[in-house]
Amino acid sequence: MSVHLPVLQVIFPLIAAPLCLLVRNPFANWLLATLVSWLTFAIAVLLLLQVLDAGVITYALGNWVAPWGIEYVVDELNAFILVIVSGIGAVVMPYAMRSVSGELPDRQISLFYTMFLLCLSGLLGITITGDAFNVFVFLEISSLSSYALISLGRHRKALHASYQYLITGTIGATFFLIGVGLLYMMTGTLNMKDLASLLKPLSDSRIVLAAFGFIVVGMGLKLAVFPLHLWLPNAYAYAPSVVSVFLAGTATKVSLYVVLRFIFTVFGFEFSFIGQPLGLALLILAISGIITCSLVAIFQIDVKRLLAWSSVAQIGYMLLGLSFATVIGVQASLLHIFNHAIMKTGLFLAMGCVFLRIGSCRLEDLSGIGRQMPWTMAGFTICGLSLIGVPTTAGFVSKWYLVLSAFEKGWWPVALLIVLTSLLAVIYIWKVVEVAWFHEPSDAVKAVSEAPFLMLVPLWIVVGANIWFGFETSGSVDVAAAAAKALVGTVR
Amino acid sequence: MITSLPPGLLLIGGALVVPFLRGWLRWAWMLALPVLGFVDLIGLEHGIHLSISLFDYHLQPLRVDKLSLAFGYIFYIAAFLGILYAVTINETSEQIAALIYMGSAVGALFAGDLITLFLYWEVTAVASAFIIWSGRSEAAYRAGMRYLVIQVTSGVLLLSGALIQVAETGSIAFGASGLDSVAGILIFFAFGIKCAFPFLHNWLQDAYPEASPTGTVFLSAFTTKLAIYGLARGYAGEEILIWIGALMTAFPIFYAVIENDLRRVLAYSLNNQLGFMVVGVGIGTELSLNGTVAHAFTHILYKSLLFMSMGAVLYRVGTVKGSELGGLYKSMPWTTAFCIVGAASISAFPLFSGFVSKSLIMSSAAGEGWVIIWLVLLFASAGVFHHSGIKIPYFAFFAHDSGKRCKEAPLPMLLAMGATAILCIGVGVWSSPLYALLPYEVNYTPYTTAHVITQLQLLMFSALAFAVLMRTGLYPPELKSVNLDIDWIYRRGFPAIGRMLYRAARPLGGTMTIISTKTALGGLSRLVRLTGPESTLARTWQTAGMVALIVTIMALYLVVSFV
Repeated sequence: MSVHLPVLQVIFPLIAAPLCLLVRNPFANWLLATLVSWLTFAIAVLLLLQVLDAGVITYALGNWVAPWGIEYVVDELNAFILVIVSGIGAVVMPYAMRSVSGELPDRQISLFYTMFLLCLSGLLGITITGDAFNVFVFLEISSLSSYALISLGRHRKALHASYQYLITGTIGATFFLIGVGLLYMMTGTLNMKDLASLLKPLSDSRIVLAAFGFIVVGMGLKLAVFPLHLWLPNAYAYAPSVVSVFLAGTATKVSLYVVLRFIFTVFGFEFSFIGQPLGLALLILAISGIITCSLVAIFQIDVKRLLAWSSVAQIGYMLLGLSFATVIGVQASLLHIFNHAIMKTGLFLAMGCVFLRIGSCRLEDLSGIGRQMPWTMAGFTICGLSLIGVPTTAGFVSKWYLVLSAFEKGWWPVALLIVLTSLLAVIYIWKVVEVAWFHEPSDAVKAVSEAPFLMLVPLWIVVGANIWFGFETSGSVDVAAAAAKALVGTVR
Repeated sequence: MITSLPPGLLLIGGALVVPFLRGWLRWAWMLALPVLGFVDLIGLEHGIHLSISLFDYHLQPLRVDKLSLAFGYIFYIAAFLGILYAVTINETSEQIAALIYMGSAVGALFAGDLITLFLYWEVTAVASAFIIWSGRSEAAYRAGMRYLVIQVTSGVLLLSGALIQVAETGSIAFGASGLDSVAGILIFFAFGIKCAFPFLHNWLQDAYPEASPTGTVFLSAFTTKLAIYGLARGYAGEEILIWIGALMTAFPIFYAVIENDLRRVLAYSLNNQLGFMVVGVGIGTELSLNGTVAHAFTHILYKSLLFMSMGAVLYRVGTVKGSELGGLYKSMPWTTAFCIVGAASISAFPLFSGFVSKSLIMSSAAGEGWVIIWLVLLFASAGVFHHSGIKIPYFAFFAHDSGKRCKEAPLPMLLAMGATAILCIGVGVWSSPLYALLPYEVNYTPYTTAHVITQLQLLMFSALAFAVLMRTGLYPPELKSVNLDIDWIYRRGFPAIGRMLYRAARPLGGTMTIISTKTALGGLSRLVRLTGPESTLARTWQTAGMVALIVTIMALYLVVSFV
């Protein structure tokens, strides 16, 4: 059984998705989806433990040996990402029951769970596969289902947001496919390991250069790198709460994983960072993204949109670590992937609770909500502190490593910038905290009560994780260090 | 068991229980906390007791030595007295904020590493801002906001310094840093802000007088003394501190003399007293460091007492403007008496607490040959007597009778003031227990004929000057006025200069000048235009525009990589 874990990781949600469509009973759907999400999380944890224990796992699908068949490869890096994605899925599912039934009409609920499971299996598939074309297939599965999920939002702008995401996402996926096609043309293989060894002598080829560009820009779109982020704020803001939570915590992280995988494993460190000024390009994009999007976030009046803009800024931090192209820089990047996943998930979970109760996330409607929903807003505040990077929260750990890696490079201004832009995060988080806790509740707010228990538990699990991983960091830091070493260290 | 707990956590943890308690139970609980903490400190042995791993580093939240213990004792005493004083006022948010604030200040004393220090540092900043906000006025809210920004800046500097120290040495230990590294300088400024160094001091006079009567008592004791502790730990013997300290003792005197709000007068005099301690740190001998610690100890007591007496006046009369008070000794005889004890202590009258501590610093300055500094300190001592020793009690309780009649301060306030007054006199008369607490062995007798006579001469001439000026009508009258301090530069000056430059640039006609001034000065409105909800960056784009952008970027890459 344990030999087949890599494929089961993807298969379970993939099979459960159509089952949901057949059952068409909201509660049964929810139960199935929850069990499956927990199961996939358990499998991801087992895989991570196996990898840490015994090294890289390869799994030949249908016993077709690579490079002819599709191969799943699990190493420290993607085992880490698998745990993040499936973990967020497992936390979100119990929360989904009340949130979904509160926001969606009954006839759409089964569709929601179907799409959700498809999206989950797509994201897990992208992460686990060792085949470049297979990445594209799973990318489409996750993308198409997330377009549908976003369009379920109650606001009529949701449809437009979903449409824009569809257009840009499809362009991104097409670019990616063109890139993979070009690589196939040059090497005749789609297996990543194979590609890596066959591409070594071809580093001067212009076609490989073009392929690199298509793949990086294509994934950059899905990753929402500034300035390719334009689809993201609306998609997160108008999607149903659960969808915002899940996508904010997982989708961009998986895209970043693909970028890392292609930059380091497929094209190789020399090609990416020495042959081309990728480091400099990423640095510039990261910094301009961090500053601009944090400033934009400050002026937002809808909290979900504010958080979405902050997500784009946070993606900047992840790219910043990557742009250093050092072991500790990539480690900081990976840590920030993990930490940002838990803090943004927590923030969106809290906003989902608020939205369920007052039907809005606009700042003006939130005044005094802290009095009525103390647990929800306390959770929001703690995750907000983590986002800022206050010590004893998870956010501090990744900021710390980011600053250290900037120092290691000797890039003082960048280190200073990381600290200063954290102050921008203070401002936009404070805006929400101030309105929620210090303003007098309006009559509409006075009428609401605390969110349902079933939604508070997932929120506080995530809040607890934010604090736990601020103290007990041996888990996340060590895994990120091992993954970063495997990516960068072998080359340098 | 309890000794392995970092001391500050007792108060912080205790604060979380407060909202669930009512009435006298709550007060009993709050008063018990510092007592328990004090007992806990007595049982602590020197050394490093705890080590917590935080990713690659080992935090040491419990490092005990004589320096931290001496500050720890007085912090707990001040906490007890402050809480006792506040029994009258039932303001839950202030109580919780005060307990967390005091707890984290105590915790910071025992931090053996910079991360723990930073953590407590920021908690004191945030919690104390909540104390100011508990003043519940628009002015308090705004002052608290300005205060918070400055305090957080101090924390950011501290963290930056810590990060650089880690990057350079790999150690997060908090010890003697010195000013020869970037890390040391950043941390120095972090402490300097909290310590209200000249030109960094305005948050103090700005914010403290805006808090509630009780809030100011809490605030006055901890933040700045924590900074003094940090300087004593990290920068003992840095010569520049002597000059900074001397400047600190001298310049607030002029402001204190003309200021009308009596709590603001006390805030200026707080600044001046800190100057003495900073000089002590700067001299860096055993005697002077002892003097700094002793002065911090006595200063916390008498400054609390003065703030308490002014707080009682504010509580009963509703104002502490010198121009509106006077003759209150008839209504508030006890408060008057306690205020005079505090005034005598801060003026360093023999037999009062200030005398036994300040003379340590004065003697070490003279002993090390710092003649100019010694003269400045002498001048400052005269000034202290003038504005805190005479002005405060005189204008509040005597002077011309304002006709205001009120009740004596409530009993808990009187009890707290009484206890503090007894301590002030007790330390002044019987100084050996205080000296036993100091970090180094003390071979010093404060009560020699020369000391006493010098001090009395100084005080008498200062009093004479005040009397003469009052009789001849030359003394600056107590007026409602706004006194310009250094904060004018950033609150009014910068925007005004900006407008002036802009106006000056316009007639020059050069388009470039206007554009650059506009860009530089447009400030917030420009930022809003750039990144506000309606800006190009933030608004929702047309789908076609998005696609065009994507294609342009891709094309750009292809062109660049093929050329």
